[in-house]
Amino acid sequence: MNPSPVSASVLGAVSSRTARERFVRVVVTAAGGVSILTTIGIVVVLVWESVGFFRRVSPVEFLTGTEWTPLFQPQHFGVLPLLAGSILVAVIAALIAIPLGLGSAIYLSEYAPRRVRAVIKPTLEVLAGIPTVVYGYFALTFITPLLRHFIPGLGIFNALAAGLVVGVMVLPLIASLSEDAMFAVPRELRQGGYALGGTKFEVATRVVTPAALSGIVASFILAISRAIGETMAVVLAAGMTPNLTFDPRQSIQTMTAYIVQVSLGDTPFGSIEYQSIFAVGLLLFMVTLAMNVFGRWFLRRYREEYA
Amino acid sequence: MAEARAALDLQLSTPPDLIRRRRIGRVFELVCLVTAVGGVAVLAVLLADVIVDGAGWLNRTFFTRPPSRIPTRAGILPALAGTIWLMSLVALISFPLGVAAAVYLEEYAQKGWLQTIIQTNIANLAGVPSIVYGILGLAVFVRWMGGLTGGRSVLSGALTISLLILPVLIIAAQEAIRAVPNSIRDASYGLGATKWQTVRHHVLPNALPGILTGTILALSRAIGETAPLIMIGALTFIAFTPDGPRDAFTVLPIQIFNWASRPQDDFRHLAAAAIIVLLVLLLSMNALAIWLRNRYQKEW
Repeated sequence: MNPSPVSASVLGAVSSRTARERFVRVVVTAAGGVSILTTIGIVVVLVWESVGFFRRVSPVEFLTGTEWTPLFQPQHFGVLPLLAGSILVAVIAALIAIPLGLGSAIYLSEYAPRRVRAVIKPTLEVLAGIPTVVYGYFALTFITPLLRHFIPGLGIFNALAAGLVVGVMVLPLIASLSEDAMFAVPRELRQGGYALGGTKFEVATRVVTPAALSGIVASFILAISRAIGETMAVVLAAGMTPNLTFDPRQSIQTMTAYIVQVSLGDTPFGSIEYQSIFAVGLLLFMVTLAMNVFGRWFLRRYREEYA
Repeated sequence: MAEARAALDLQLSTPPDLIRRRRIGRVFELVCLVTAVGGVAVLAVLLADVIVDGAGWLNRTFFTRPPSRIPTRAGILPALAGTIWLMSLVALISFPLGVAAAVYLEEYAQKGWLQTIIQTNIANLAGVPSIVYGILGLAVFVRWMGGLTGGRSVLSGALTISLLILPVLIIAAQEAIRAVPNSIRDASYGLGATKWQTVRHHVLPNALPGILTGTILALSRAIGETAPLIMIGALTFIAFTPDGPRDAFTVLPIQIFNWASRPQDDFRHLAAAAIIVLLVLLLSMNALAIWLRNRYQKEW
């Protein structure tokens, strides 16, 4: 009976086991690194091509110019019309989504009987999952013709219809994040409100809503950021006319819509039109990133209060 | 005397302004109910609009023909095939990557700055507009790696969309892994299992239904993505179905965009019909995810 082959095979098994453990660790760590690589990739690509763009167009002209005519002569690269277009759509969307979303959140969190809630919550989730190109179709073929009955002079492409559907699109985000925030308000606060003689309405609006305020505000910021980044609905419904206006009846162009317009055309790599989508993309990325970081900072602050 | 007593009781139990305050409360509740039902109503109108416009166009020709200049002869075959190709590749790429990243973050990563950075980064990536991923895909997968991916190919599209849904998928997988109680891990270690054996034989099988639910929901988001695919140049008019991952392609949402942006009514109806197909695919994926969640949800 020689024990050495046995112990050798055990040792072999153990060392192959540790080798495998090490291998797995490397693999999963690499997978975790993919997200970092993605971010680095986005930043490098946007900055790299934008540098090429800003060699030809001064950043001052880009950020302060009021004319955006890159696709015909004379070319002007003032991004303000695109920025104004994005802001206009986001403002209309916010005017729809904030009251409706907040109302839905208060109803779901404070009033809804279990059965009603079981219908409304999943429906809002479906609403959030509808592809944006479908919303674009809806705006173009249903909302705009409907609005044209009431608003004379409304174009086939207009910022209003686009803003309305984008509002519907981001409404579920506000409803669900705000409801989470209200749900996290401790019961003791509500009971305190009732003990002071408050009605349900007073407790909901003067105790729960203020207590959840930072979560609610965070949901607004995140929703507006999503509205600014929204693309296909805006491309279909708001048109392709860079227009420095805040008149919602007019056709406008957003930053996202411009990027799509250029990629639909036959723009050669390396041309200034091609580079301009990276400059606009960089601006879009910075605006949405700043809003997201700010929004989530708000959320975290509120979590620390009650968790 | 009794009357005065009753009047006093009434006054004590309901001070005069309470009635008014309660009435305000009821009105407010109604307003909130209307806003909550508003979303449901919009969804109903949207679905009705699409069905009325498009249902009549769902026939054999529609499913078996390529797009055409003549609306009655146009179909979605290449777009449908492209969508199936794209989604299959996205699932193959994003599922293993996402689960591995989630395993790393939940089971392997040390608590510390690196983990915090990766976690914050994933949350931020989830908020990046999809068109920015399109720009990334255009520069990296179409141009720099064009030799490998075939340029404006279904593979480039799949890689781009995979990066887009990874944050959502990772977060969902992390939640599923976190829901597996530590007692399971401790029992496994107690029997002498290594980390990977514990993860592979105990954590992952228990987390799988949750991971699958999250994956399907992420994929259902991907199936409607349009803008990033336009960026990387998924063609809007092709008459063939892709034969391999390096072939050119188009997808349903792009076909819908193409038809919807034409002024003729017939093309709009085709767009509506294609939307019905897209929504049926999307909603069945959602239903599958919900069924999985309910069927395999465990209470520990």
